[in-house]
Amino acid sequence: MTIQKIQQDIVDEFSMFDDWMQRYEYMIELGKSLPLIDERYKDEDHIVKGCQSKVWVHAELKDDKLVFTADSDAIITKGIIAILVRAFSNQKPADIIDADTGFIDAIGLKEHLSPTRANGLVNMIKQLKLYAVAYQTQLN
Amino acid sequence: MIDTGLNITTIRKDFPILQRKVNGYPLVYLDNAATSQTPRQVIDVIVDYYSNYNANIHRGVHALSQEATDAYEKARLKIQKHFNASKAHEIIFTSGTTHSINLVASGFTGFLKKGDEVLVSAMEHHSNIVPWQMLCERSGAILKVIPMTQEGELNLEAYGALLGTRTRLVFCNHVSNALGTVNPIEDIIRMAHRAGAAVLIDGAQAAPHIIADVQQLDVDFYTASAHKMCGPTGVGMLYGKEEWLDKLPPYQGGGEMIEEVRFEKTTYAGLPHKFEAGTPNICGGSAFGAAVDDLNGIGMEAIARYEEELLAYAPQKLLTIEGLRIYGTAKHKTAVISFNIDGIHPYDIGTLLDQMGIAVRTGHHCAQPVMDFYEIPGTVRASFSFYNTEEEVDKLANGVEKARQMLT
Repeated sequence: MTIQKIQQDIVDEFSMFDDWMQRYEYMIELGKSLPLIDERYKDEDHIVKGCQSKVWVHAELKDDKLVFTADSDAIITKGIIAILVRAFSNQKPADIIDADTGFIDAIGLKEHLSPTRANGLVNMIKQLKLYAVAYQTQLN
Repeated sequence: MIDTGLNITTIRKDFPILQRKVNGYPLVYLDNAATSQTPRQVIDVIVDYYSNYNANIHRGVHALSQEATDAYEKARLKIQKHFNASKAHEIIFTSGTTHSINLVASGFTGFLKKGDEVLVSAMEHHSNIVPWQMLCERSGAILKVIPMTQEGELNLEAYGALLGTRTRLVFCNHVSNALGTVNPIEDIIRMAHRAGAAVLIDGAQAAPHIIADVQQLDVDFYTASAHKMCGPTGVGMLYGKEEWLDKLPPYQGGGEMIEEVRFEKTTYAGLPHKFEAGTPNICGGSAFGAAVDDLNGIGMEAIARYEEELLAYAPQKLLTIEGLRIYGTAKHKTAVISFNIDGIHPYDIGTLLDQMGIAVRTGHHCAQPVMDFYEIPGTVRASFSFYNTEEEVDKLANGVEKARQMLT
């Protein structure tokens, strides 16, 4: 499935909710399905800077595709990184680099995150894309 | 219903921001330790300044400059009176407490020798730690820490043992921003003076709740920020004893702070101008004066009594929530409640409270050493002001319970 299609699926899922509680409950639920990062990668090298809570992300290449695993010590943040991992994992690095991230606005996430927290979100996206750039360089 | 003689319903009407909604809910503003809200009386001064007498001060011969100078200097007198400084020029306008502390820390560079000691309390805000660390790096002085107890009180016995012949300076907050502890600054100052050390008290968190009488305290330096006292951001004050301010070198060079400038040598202006280089925050300073008027109009004692009632009521409600722990249980506290719920990250609670229109602070509150002491990443901090109500405490407790249910 393309990144675009996955993102559209996520947007469709979130559009079913009409209040913030349902949206956050779903986000918390999504966090539970996050492919968890191996404990040994929960170190300074894998931490995403700029978040109030701790977020770790790891990436590895499998058959030319980048597979992300992650975790967070906060439940809502875990939901957010789970959404991002779902959107970008198992994709070619080049596609991740090119991917649009407008779906974050479309699911009403960014508008509900204060600037500090939104920075965390921006940094998470940046981190995933940086991994993609690094692995793309390897592939070249 | 709390009855301390204050009509909170009327008082709240003076604060336009308290009428707004956030995420569809009436705003419950409980982040007063970060910044307080601004009453109409202060906003009016800001509007009036830019509408009627905006001009540069202290040098213009024209009417506007004179009016602006008068407003600014009148504000200085109000602040002098509020803190009971003996002289108006002992009040230096700064951009806030951080600026005030840096001014003193910078000025002390030449006064310290290698091996001299400076003491800082374990419950300081980063702004009352980092400038002193920088001072120590510049001068070779040693920074020592006054330890605190589990309850969040300073250990005065340990403090006494730390004071020695090499102690030059002691820094401590009057009230801890992370825990709300009111520190026994009378004792801290007296003990430091006996050891021959000067004392700076960071009053940023205390000033909205307690009057500090700088003469009675015999404190050498005291700081405050207007924006925590219902005034605007970007302005604050440094009180310094005249003898100290005379001794300290200027902090910044520029206009306003000079007497005569020649390329061979410049002579500096007297107090307070020596420390007020450049065009100051004229509007902010004037509005700071209005904020002090407003607080005194309501009455600092009535404010303290009312907030004490809120502080007594809030834990009763919050502690009924499963797994909730309050950090900082000092006997003498201002209305700040720092808490966590077992197994839940403070960020998660803060995010969900925000969805319910409740503003709290989450994180380390710029006091990482305090968080390290309790071995936690941070807390949720609800900090109250005189315009908060019991009903808002109830909303907080209900909101936290709702968040807990969603997160467990």
